[in-house]
Amino acid sequence: MKLSTGDTLPPLEVKILARHVVMGASSSRDWQPQHHDTHWAVERVKVKDIFLNTPNQAGWIERYLTDWTGPSGRLAKVRFKMKKSVCAGDTLRFDGTVAGVEDGFVDVDVLLTVDGEVATECRAKIAVPRDTNDDPWQRTGDDWRP
Amino acid sequence: MNKEEWIGRERTDPPGDIVCERGYVLHWLEATENGNPKFWDASCDIAPPSSLSVWMRPLQFVPGREDTFMPLSLHFDLKEAFDLPDGVVSANEITFHAPVRLGDRITTTQQVRDISDEKTTRVGTGRFWTIDVTHRNQDGELKGIETYEMFSYKR
Repeated sequence: MKLSTGDTLPPLEVKILARHVVMGASSSRDWQPQHHDTHWAVERVKVKDIFLNTPNQAGWIERYLTDWTGPSGRLAKVRFKMKKSVCAGDTLRFDGTVAGVEDGFVDVDVLLTVDGEVATECRAKIAVPRDTNDDPWQRTGDDWRP
Repeated sequence: MNKEEWIGRERTDPPGDIVCERGYVLHWLEATENGNPKFWDASCDIAPPSSLSVWMRPLQFVPGREDTFMPLSLHFDLKEAFDLPDGVVSANEITFHAPVRLGDRITTTQQVRDISDEKTTRVGTGRFWTIDVTHRNQDGELKGIETYEMFSYKR
């Protein structure tokens, strides 16, 4: 696909259930109590409920990006800053904007918001095919520049 | 506790208890309702890049093991050294190198990059610190480098 700076990605909305939070913690093998124990989250961390952990947010960001690129998209780098917890019960919205395109790599700014408030802001780099003969998953050495 | 004594300190954890395997890859995809057909293809032998940190994490129970180690153990060393019992991750950067493949067993080396002076935020008083985590497989192949920025605090 022809990509340009300023292109926007289709938004994604997910109603975050306790199941998502707990499964995110389990699938990333993170047993810190704020990701599975509501009493701990509310009484100790002073948030309204259990909340998504860091690796699971990376997983959601990858899913959002590859929903857009298709299976040839290969995540090269993410940097994200978590400003507000994403708790069970929240409706999490993803929006993305292409920030740069360079020789088979695309920079994308991804915003995760809840009720219009920024929860997490991310800059991601994802490899996409340069042409129909290119498979980013086969890139190695100097050809892989994350 | 002098923060200068900790900056640059390095720690290598034992290899993760589980090798990269398909059942756990499917659990990872399940958790984010990720329908990427590349990874649902039964012949796919790599894990989604974002699952990098899964493979270094220890089991919580192993028969005969008396000292379970914590993942990101250097972070917990710092919490103990500075007597800061609570902590949150404020930012995470992950650079992905060679894909983690089924059968890979991951070892991490962690290094303290920076520690702030004491600060007070809305959650408590503590310190920010930055830890770099390098992930390699059993052959020493570089799989990825993570940087965690954390705030550890007491109320």
